[in-house]
Amino acid sequence: MKFSIRNGRIINPASPGNQRDTIGDIAIDNGRIIAVGKLPSGFSAEREIDASNLIVCPGLIDLRAHLREPGQEHKATISSESRAAASAGITTLCCPPDTQPIIDTPAVATLIHDQAANAGLTHVLPLGALTQNLAGKQLSEMAALKDAGCVGVSNAMRPMADYQVARRALQYAATHGLSVFIHAEDPALSNQGCAHEGAVATRLGLPGIPSAAETVAVASYLALIEATGARAHFCMLTTASAVTQVARARYDGLPVSADVSAHHLHLTELDVLDFDSQCHVRPPLRTQRDCDALRQGLADGTLSAICSDHQPHENDAKLSPFSTTAAGISGLETLLPLSLKLCEDSNMDIVDVISRLTTGPADILGIEAGKLASGHAADICIFDPEQYWTLSLDNIVSRGHNSPFLNWELKGKVTHTLLNGKITYEA
Amino acid sequence: MNKRNIQLDDNNRLRHFLSIEGLKRHILTDILDTAESLSGVTQQTVKKVPLLRGKTVVNLFFEASTRTRTTFELAAKRLSADVLNINLATSATSKGETLLDTLRNLEAMHCDMFVVRHVNSGAAHFIASHAAPHISIINAGDGRHAHPTQAMLDMFTIRRAKGEFYKLKVAIVGDIEHSRVARSQIHALSTLGVEEIRIISPATLVPACCETLGVHVYHDMRQGLEDVDVVIMLRLQNERMETALLPSEHEYYRLYGLTEEKLALAKPDAIIMHPGPINRGVEIDSQVADGPRSVILEQVTHGIAVRMAVMSMAMQSHLADAHSSALESSE
Repeated sequence: MKFSIRNGRIINPASPGNQRDTIGDIAIDNGRIIAVGKLPSGFSAEREIDASNLIVCPGLIDLRAHLREPGQEHKATISSESRAAASAGITTLCCPPDTQPIIDTPAVATLIHDQAANAGLTHVLPLGALTQNLAGKQLSEMAALKDAGCVGVSNAMRPMADYQVARRALQYAATHGLSVFIHAEDPALSNQGCAHEGAVATRLGLPGIPSAAETVAVASYLALIEATGARAHFCMLTTASAVTQVARARYDGLPVSADVSAHHLHLTELDVLDFDSQCHVRPPLRTQRDCDALRQGLADGTLSAICSDHQPHENDAKLSPFSTTAAGISGLETLLPLSLKLCEDSNMDIVDVISRLTTGPADILGIEAGKLASGHAADICIFDPEQYWTLSLDNIVSRGHNSPFLNWELKGKVTHTLLNGKITYEA
Repeated sequence: MNKRNIQLDDNNRLRHFLSIEGLKRHILTDILDTAESLSGVTQQTVKKVPLLRGKTVVNLFFEASTRTRTTFELAAKRLSADVLNINLATSATSKGETLLDTLRNLEAMHCDMFVVRHVNSGAAHFIASHAAPHISIINAGDGRHAHPTQAMLDMFTIRRAKGEFYKLKVAIVGDIEHSRVARSQIHALSTLGVEEIRIISPATLVPACCETLGVHVYHDMRQGLEDVDVVIMLRLQNERMETALLPSEHEYYRLYGLTEEKLALAKPDAIIMHPGPINRGVEIDSQVADGPRSVILEQVTHGIAVRMAVMSMAMQSHLADAHSSALESSE
């Protein structure tokens, strides 16, 4: 099928400098982009999307989305969350290995691929487990996991037994050209905490997770990355000090990258006041100073991606005293508008914001996606940057209704999502 | 966004009593004045007033307690309420029932007031925000967060002994980090306008950013006790030694145990308080605990009047609600 997208503001961060933000058309044939800028002469589209006053950008790539399948289908499924992703302009989701069963065998990775293909609404790229059963003790069969389509390896939020296992895991992953996705949290320091150790946790009497739980782990892993030369990625940094450490390491030429979640860019410990369990997340919401540093790190490129850390939950999971509630936010549908909000809040350039949702995560994953260019799969997001809308229980698509952003007025609404040249969402 | 304080009704009267934080001084003073007027009841031959007659109060204790539960029970009975004690530390919740389900079941029994103690911070807030509108929630201690009736009985004891609050220097000594009592005392003391609140504790037991609560932190007990009018000792839990917070009881007592010798640095008429149960020889010397300046047993006595005051005030808000809605429906 031939497709054309006409008169859109095309934001393509992969283009050279002055062509990253242009007005033009895109031609699509047989699932692939065949021209960007002007339609080829004589191109006759069977369907045309008028993108006047809309932004056309590569389909968004979300580095971290818990899809709950296999194992927790009462919370969500690959099918249900693929639909939410499509409605949010997301065409590629990366899912962590802490499913049930865990993604430590090729069979589970294959199952996830199959389910995603059945749904047909978004690409799903699994991360394999770094250690068997995520127990942090024995290495997983990383080569087999890679063959089964895992784009990287991670121990998710589970602790490693010790730094010797971590060092060996980094070495072994590097042997197979796999990036290691690290959740930097020292388990002894985070202990039983459920909120940032600071003024708010003190007031509410909530067990705290000190900033040191993250900074100690980042420092230790940086030392191991330096020693092994392994390629590693820090997931969801939350502290100013960790951002500084990663910036320094990148300056020194270490093969590291890092991302930040959309909610850590907009919420702080203060949002936990009143014991709001929708703001119970892990790692925890930290101080305004940390939030400012995360935004700065995102603007200067130290943090090269924004993820949703999508964690859909059933309603009951959030209905108990704060520390006993499940952590996490259903975040797919707020990923784009919360990112765009940085243009206004922090004066960030919109092309840079889009790059943190497209080329940035694509580079981290080492995949050919996140760009609009001839020959590439037509994974495309089209949105109205000026449209205001409110996320509500009536319009949220994800099975998880747990969001502190319900009833927020958001700006920027997806109008069309294309996956391999097929419309997977249309407002 | 200005969130409404769920503790107050539309007329800013106390509806639930969950934490001291967020309550204005006049409400705390009202509680103290009401407690003062009710304290006479305990001395009468018939120790009852009919303020809660026909009402059912449920003591919902998800965590073991003897003293607090007993004084709540006595307070409710002296207000002529029917009292139900439910010890949930060993009951349904250990069979996997959620807190919300437990709550719905008790609501179905048409009770009027829940006195709640729970191991998790915020449990009383959670229950108050999900309970049916006709039910009042009184927090009898939630995790490390708050124990507001304990703080108010302490304020009552201080006011009885010292009169005005504004000139007082108060020292709280011990494990602040894990103490709901200390948190509520700090809010109460600062709302009532004392001159200075001091925390005396080693750094391992001082919560993060403690100064944001408006206190001065002392690590040296001798400096901290200098010139104070009120010394509040906190109980030290044995498990603090196991989690690398303190080296030994011995060293703790040497540095932070209240002895006559250290007490000599406080004002000569300083009073000694302790929420109980006391650990003699761990945080306080017996001579001090039983000495003339100790008001530890008065605290227990005052607990009944203060809890009567809080319960009757919270119930009045509901009675007024019921009254006005009855008027509306008759119009």
